[in-house]
Amino acid sequence: MKTLPSVDVVIVGGGWTGLLMAKELGSRTTLSVVVLERGGPRNADDYGDDMDELDYAIRFRMMQDASQETVTLRHTASQRALPLRQHASFFPGAGVGGAGEHWNGEFPRILPDCFALLSNTIEKYGAERLPEDHSVQDWGVTYDELEPHYMRVETLLGISGKAGNIRGKQMEGGNIFEGWRSAEYPNPPVKIPYFSALFRDAAKALGYHPYPIPAATISQVYTNPDGIARPGCTYCGFCERFGCMIGAKAQPTNTLLPVIQKRKNVSLRTGATVRRIVHDTAQSGKRARGVSYIDASGQEIFQPAEVVFLASWTLNNTRLLLLSQIGEPYDPASGKGTVGRNLTHQVYYPAATAFFDKPLNRFMGSGAAGVRVADFDGDLFDHRGLPFLRGGILLALSLGFRPIANFGVVPQSVKPKWGSEWKKAALHYYDRTGNIVFHGEHLAYKGNFMDLDPVYKDHLGDPLLRFTLDWRENERKMAEFATAKAVEIARQMGAKEVTPFPGLRSYDATRSQSTHIQGGTIMGSSPDRSVVNPYSQHWQVSNLFVLGGSAFPQNASANPTPTILALTSRTADAVVNRYLKNPSALA
Amino acid sequence: MRRRQFLTLSAASLGGVLVYSLDREAFRLSAQAYKSIRIPLRFFSQAEALIVAAAASCIFPSDEAGPGAREAGVTVYIDRQLAGPWGRDRHRYTQEPFDENAPKEFGYQGQATPRQIYHQGLKELKGFDRLGPDEQARKLKQIEATVFFSLLRQNTIEGMFCDPTHGGNIDLLGWQLIGFPGPRMSNFDDVDKHFGEAFRPKPASLHQVTGRKVRASEDQE
Repeated sequence: MKTLPSVDVVIVGGGWTGLLMAKELGSRTTLSVVVLERGGPRNADDYGDDMDELDYAIRFRMMQDASQETVTLRHTASQRALPLRQHASFFPGAGVGGAGEHWNGEFPRILPDCFALLSNTIEKYGAERLPEDHSVQDWGVTYDELEPHYMRVETLLGISGKAGNIRGKQMEGGNIFEGWRSAEYPNPPVKIPYFSALFRDAAKALGYHPYPIPAATISQVYTNPDGIARPGCTYCGFCERFGCMIGAKAQPTNTLLPVIQKRKNVSLRTGATVRRIVHDTAQSGKRARGVSYIDASGQEIFQPAEVVFLASWTLNNTRLLLLSQIGEPYDPASGKGTVGRNLTHQVYYPAATAFFDKPLNRFMGSGAAGVRVADFDGDLFDHRGLPFLRGGILLALSLGFRPIANFGVVPQSVKPKWGSEWKKAALHYYDRTGNIVFHGEHLAYKGNFMDLDPVYKDHLGDPLLRFTLDWRENERKMAEFATAKAVEIARQMGAKEVTPFPGLRSYDATRSQSTHIQGGTIMGSSPDRSVVNPYSQHWQVSNLFVLGGSAFPQNASANPTPTILALTSRTADAVVNRYLKNPSALA
Repeated sequence: MRRRQFLTLSAASLGGVLVYSLDREAFRLSAQAYKSIRIPLRFFSQAEALIVAAAASCIFPSDEAGPGAREAGVTVYIDRQLAGPWGRDRHRYTQEPFDENAPKEFGYQGQATPRQIYHQGLKELKGFDRLGPDEQARKLKQIEATVFFSLLRQNTIEGMFCDPTHGGNIDLLGWQLIGFPGPRMSNFDDVDKHFGEAFRPKPASLHQVTGRKVRASEDQE
């Protein structure tokens, strides 16, 4: 193994969190910072000709290569796990920018009460209302503490939206149920395409409170505080699974990378696959010494560093801690151990598929152009007498319909799945179909967790990460409830036929259900039940920080990126203002 | 080396077609000059290609609702996909053990690659292209639940609606059928207009829009 000269900071992963930390440390300090990204290089202008549905959206050009590494899945601990042999349920990114390049750019905050979910639920409903095998926890950080960081990252990305609550004052047209905001969004909302406008009007007519989705696909030309300028969205409809051809969608490569590239103290190495965090094993003063990785030529390298940031997405964060034997792996039988616990995947499904008689022109849109209803989110409605806790949002997204993914959906009244009758119906309904989608909270359970698979390996010979994951009655009942609401709205929209979601059964890895997977290195206020403290700092290894959705103790209904970036911003402040002056435990 | 095999497409009904050659050069063939087009095959034998063409045509027929898989070049598309990395599972996790009987929530867990699935599936459809329409429909109905059929159905949809650089959607036929314009640089002025009315800009391929050659996945390693 080749040992390189030591650096101050090494960051594992060149996605949203890794590059945000690199930008913060690189521009606010003189520390030497190295970012290690296992995928290839990328630049903001790489996407001028990527609008090919087949290669990008169907063959997953921007995703991790599943032939090299995937995860295995079983529903319960008594089953044998099988590898997810191709991407379907969620889409891990690869290359500089990671999944932040191919996201849709919806940018909602998490509801304030989620951050103290355990305390709030017990206080309101009593501990006996929580499912028997739940593993719900408080985050150890409050919404009020995060608010300035939400604002900061929204300003950095130029989020377009309409506030519904500025310092407690309800604002017409925004989400009146959202947590308080210190200011309006940096840009006005994006345009609302026809399908989403139908949803908005129907929801309003039913007495709900629709609002435009906060969007990182920005509505107009914008220059952020770093001097980075981006154009407004043109609604081409190629966001999800694509990089933005003009850079209107905020991506790590067009928002953070240009700043980093100007900093001489930051370097970004691509093709660098980190395999272990190297650390002292002594019980007294556990310390990370750096990381070992395989470079693009296959050589094994040791990169010593004073501080290590693990920023390699939810699954790889968990896997690298397990492979490096840092912390105690979670054991569901005894409840001991913390690494891998509280695996959650947002409850995300097409609640109502609506068929209209008028064409919708659905090829136009953007990943975050649309309308949401939050009337059934969190605990905004009384759950006494309901067979479940918590809730989620319903939305009508106009993300740009592309034909391979969407052709062939027909109402239930059409029975054939191929042939002339099917073709005729499918042609007719192609541009007359829309989904009302539900994003719901996923509670954490003792039996849903991650560990290392005993059978299947990655291309380097390391064990794959294993999911033990299934839905419980709380999610199934919540889904039933939300489906009925979605059908009601679809009918009000004027749909001629509506196909309701058939219901959640076992966790189905073939259904695309958002890349919002959380947990594994969760945050909390006690080292017995969490991996990192509320500053994302490892409880036992104080010069190791873990960034990303792996920190969420359970899944909120909101898309995770805003909160992930806000937490990273908060950690950057704590590192710059406190840790560097006195490198020790921050909490 | 195998003998060069061709698929013959009829150009007569189309009034000329836009075809992408194997090296991604676009050229237009007019019906006046050619009664038919001979497309070199990369993966299928001629006999296999005829079966695929017939089966894809059952799935997405040419009928009174418009042209179908035959005119759109679906067989050409599938042939190129199978010849490329997708056909040999270049990006699928293929470490053993396999479990052919896994519950469907785990996705396809078999060992066979798309190439092998097609070879086997086509063997069982021997003579299919010479059957009458009712018999063809009956035969496909029998294999509806197989992995082969679901691949064939999915690939037929892909071949109807992919960018024409991949060999299917010849002359943007698929996109014209559904009013999809292909990649457009901007819908800014239209996205919040045309409510309730069909807005149908003239379709254009990615190559036509950008003026650049498209890097197709079937040509990668």
